[in-house]
Amino acid sequence: MAAGASSWSFTEDDFGAITQSLQRFLYESNARCALLVDRTGQLVATVGEQPKFDPTAFATLTAADFSANDQLARLIGETDFNSLFHQGEKESMYLADVARRVILVVLFDNRTTLGLVRLKMKQSVDELTQIFQAVFQRAQSGQAQGGGLLQGAEDEIDKLFQ
Amino acid sequence: MSMINYASREINCKIVYYGPGLGGKTTNLEHVYGKVQPDTRGKLISLATETERTLFFDFLPVDLGTIRGFKTRFHLYTVPGQVYYNASRKLILKGVDGIVFVADSQIERMEANQEAMQNLYDNMAEYGYDLTRMPFVIQYNKRDLPNAAPIRELQAALNPGWEVVDGQKQRVTPDAYHAGENLVEQLPTGEWVERATYFEAVAVTGDGVFDTLKAVSKLVLKSLA
Repeated sequence: MAAGASSWSFTEDDFGAITQSLQRFLYESNARCALLVDRTGQLVATVGEQPKFDPTAFATLTAADFSANDQLARLIGETDFNSLFHQGEKESMYLADVARRVILVVLFDNRTTLGLVRLKMKQSVDELTQIFQAVFQRAQSGQAQGGGLLQGAEDEIDKLFQ
Repeated sequence: MSMINYASREINCKIVYYGPGLGGKTTNLEHVYGKVQPDTRGKLISLATETERTLFFDFLPVDLGTIRGFKTRFHLYTVPGQVYYNASRKLILKGVDGIVFVADSQIERMEANQEAMQNLYDNMAEYGYDLTRMPFVIQYNKRDLPNAAPIRELQAALNPGWEVVDGQKQRVTPDAYHAGENLVEQLPTGEWVERATYFEAVAVTGDGVFDTLKAVSKLVLKSLA
């Protein structure tokens, strides 16, 4: 049994690849903004128009929304819902699962349509799935840089809490 | 599941406050929210019912400083205290890096404490996490009340210790927060046990709230080291 949840990290190269994929998606779909949130509620990246709301709170609620819907899916005999759509009067959001670990959230308004967003999102989700699968594989094989980052930092940690 | 973001130079960790209903979990977060500098914390999000019982969770992000050039961001969550919200309790535990169990010291709440502790072990096991091997701190809250049970009784009921099988860990480890007490020790029966660090608190006045948070955060960062 694992001690707890394993940690994962992503490099600037990963970040570059993620941003590039999302920027292309936003351009093609005419959506306003895309956020990537991990399933535990932590914000990974924001691309496009900077949102006016608190993105950390938004990320947490997104993950909770997705998790609650996963449980609802199970109750009706599905394993999960791999995408969710919330429609507002002016602003809407579309959420999609990426590699079972991350959620892609797209915010869009009436300059585009749900159909176009959904269509263009598929390719982006495939690209992101590949990027994240590589990230998680690295974490599993112990090559994650995170392991070494705080090595020998015990004194610094102690000082932080004095 | 801590996440290290090299692009924004942040270490993100998740800490969950667990415990019986009306034990003071939300009060802990409210105190932290009120005391830390506004620029080092985010919004306190509360998904509660009209009667202020936590329905899904409370959430507060706080920055606790910088290590090796990386900002340490802790996401603090509470779970609903009532057992009938177990589905949402379990969801919040996903990817947790550290746990604070907030026990209600009142003698009448002993059973509720034990039930919540058992429920915590069960929910963690369902995710495949081993509570005895991860950052875990117990807070005995409401120490100011006249009907608060003695610490000795609370420890015996909620923190009796788990067996230490690993020979290398079988050495007396003093409790840094309580002089004369040990976290790892040998019982008269010969068995080695380890207990979680505990703190006494009065969350409404803030006593012990930061001690608890600091201790669990330190354990989380050390688990990454």
